[in-house]
Amino acid sequence: MSVVGDPGTKAELLSLEELEASGRLRTGRKHVLSILVENKPGVLTRIAGLFARRGFNIDTLTVGPTDDEHVSRITLTVDGALHPIDQVTKQLHKLVNVLKIRDLEPADTVARELALFKVAADGVQRAEVLQLCEIFRGKVVDVTRRAIIVEITGTTEKVEAFEGLLRPFGLVEMMRTGEIAISRGRGET
Amino acid sequence: MRAVDAVMECLKAEGVEVVFGYPGGANLPTYDAFVDAGIRHVLVRHEAGGGHAAEGYAKATGKVGVALGTSGPGATNLVTPIMDAMMDSVPVVFITGQVRTELLGTDGFQEADIMGITMPAVKHSWMIQHPLEIPRVLHEAFHVARTGRPGPVVVDIPSDLSNADIPYEPVTDVHLPGYQPTTDGNVKQIRQAAKALAAARRPVIYSGGGVILADAAAELTEFATADRFPVTCTLNGLGGFPAPHEQWLGMLGMHGTRAANYAMDEADLICAVGARFDDRITGKLSEFAPRAKFIHIDIDPAEISKNVPAHIPIVGDAKNILVKLINEYRALGADPTRLEEWWTRIHGWQAKHPLGYTDSTDDEIKPQRAIQAIYEATGGDAVVTSDVGQHQMWAAQYYHFNKPRRWLSSGGLGTMGFGFPAAIGAAVGCPDTTTVCITGDGSFQMNLQELATVAENKIPVKIFILNNGYLGMVRQWQELFWDNRYSQVDMGQTPDFVKLAEAYGIAGMRLTNKGTLVDDLRTAIATDGPVLVDIRVTREENVYPMIAPGAAAREMVG
Repeated sequence: MSVVGDPGTKAELLSLEELEASGRLRTGRKHVLSILVENKPGVLTRIAGLFARRGFNIDTLTVGPTDDEHVSRITLTVDGALHPIDQVTKQLHKLVNVLKIRDLEPADTVARELALFKVAADGVQRAEVLQLCEIFRGKVVDVTRRAIIVEITGTTEKVEAFEGLLRPFGLVEMMRTGEIAISRGRGET
Repeated sequence: MRAVDAVMECLKAEGVEVVFGYPGGANLPTYDAFVDAGIRHVLVRHEAGGGHAAEGYAKATGKVGVALGTSGPGATNLVTPIMDAMMDSVPVVFITGQVRTELLGTDGFQEADIMGITMPAVKHSWMIQHPLEIPRVLHEAFHVARTGRPGPVVVDIPSDLSNADIPYEPVTDVHLPGYQPTTDGNVKQIRQAAKALAAARRPVIYSGGGVILADAAAELTEFATADRFPVTCTLNGLGGFPAPHEQWLGMLGMHGTRAANYAMDEADLICAVGARFDDRITGKLSEFAPRAKFIHIDIDPAEISKNVPAHIPIVGDAKNILVKLINEYRALGADPTRLEEWWTRIHGWQAKHPLGYTDSTDDEIKPQRAIQAIYEATGGDAVVTSDVGQHQMWAAQYYHFNKPRRWLSSGGLGTMGFGFPAAIGAAVGCPDTTTVCITGDGSFQMNLQELATVAENKIPVKIFILNNGYLGMVRQWQELFWDNRYSQVDMGQTPDFVKLAEAYGIAGMRLTNKGTLVDDLRTAIATDGPVLVDIRVTREENVYPMIAPGAAAREMVG
């Protein structure tokens, strides 16, 4: 049997199972990487490029300022069930503009995202939506005759649960920020 | 002063003696500054030639190479040397011109987003945003290129900024908070490694290009001879351990010796130093060194456990670590007789499977014989560059390198066209040593325009073309793995290389006779200035032994 990816020989075609088996170790869980970077042009491209080179899909990505104007925080989530991420983390460390990386443990992390839902609820349905909104501690941020916009924050699971419940009422569209995350306890993330 | 004059001051402060480059519209200011700078500039005939020349200079001297090109096509012509330097960890600073800032992103004339194009091929890169940044960025560029795991960096300078008037102050202190290479090596891990080595019964030292880059060849030899550790080197590691040495197994990997590959296969402990377990070394990964535990010494933490899980990883500079490891190892007082059985086994392989080929019975020159003759004619004392293909493997097998920085080859990227310009860089960097380029008729034609460069600058490179009229390595693979169906490997109407040399105004020779080969080569080497030698060799000869791609070391053929 030939090595996957060596185009030099006329190998037999590989089955999908063999291709999967050739992949490296996977952790099987979602990873939240919190990356401190120098606030310089091209940093995001360099980081995204490392993932793209290996064919990894970034699930969510947020970038924002920190208390230091020269430094930005990138929070990105990747599915460790689909991709082996240890090597990519090491490669990230090598980027000159990357100051610090943490692969946050879900149990020691508070993660939140913000979502906006536009729902075409009117009449009786509108009351039900408002009720759901209250249960999920959501906030109505815009009301027109034919639609309302609801804002909620929470974990990805909560946002997705809310989305599932809203859908039957006529979800027009939804915007999600992707997660930001901070470590629990006194220490810095 | 003008920003470009500050660039010159930076180059001088970094100890740059020579740069290789090509001018154009966007770097006109820089070239104006060269007029008075007092820095030697070698005008190449293609930017790729300049890039590889800078690599050759860096590999041969251990200093940082510098290559320049203009914007757009000048910059894109540098992409292959940049990637080549990335794969082989060669410290080169590439300085490219860029269109004026107001034209950026507008498809201006000769605009190319060279930052974006080279992003996955550089250790780091900078585009100048403000002329005041220029001195700091250039010093950072040299620092990043030369320290840690060396590599290529790109500095892209828009032409309007390079013409600005700035105050120049020398930058003595580079501060990059996100770039702190580990150099020292964890003491506990080093102790662990020493213990594992002392307990090993079938150890092998697997040494790579990192040993050369770290200038650690002497330390590696001392380490190997602190006991009777067998040593094998990768293609880029050749010269890291003296080839004629009783503990030398030869090169390992696809075209390595059987002794080296079998030793890896049966080893119980492999100590990798500055090597990265490339697929040309491991063959079938799941069957690579199945009985071995691994010590992995590397300055790049991302190399540790990338392909092969390391039991004892040590991150740091090879020279530093080897010195400590030798001390730790000596303190343990291991019994050298425990390795006797292992050496008996290795000697058995060496006796049964020496490197060899069937020589011709007439005057015909076998390519292997040609390499042996070049070795003889140079007395083994030359900087040798190679291109990529069969001649590269034969040179690695039959030219015995006993010193570091004497063998310059494109290992990782496998760039045809590397050898000749690299020899130019090496000859400029080491004027007192004979510089030889061993190439093939295919590879040489990829950068032969540099004949004008050697002619004009009287750079005494001796070019030996092993001419078989084929793209030999591809032909070999088509013969062995594609049922003899030759496709686009016959070079057909090969140019008359002797006339070509004469057209460029340098000496040319054609050698076809085995009997006079060594003497003829001596004549070529003794000739002043550059010489192009067309050595006609057996057309269809294969490189052996060989581990077929995807096969295990055990399954070597030939």
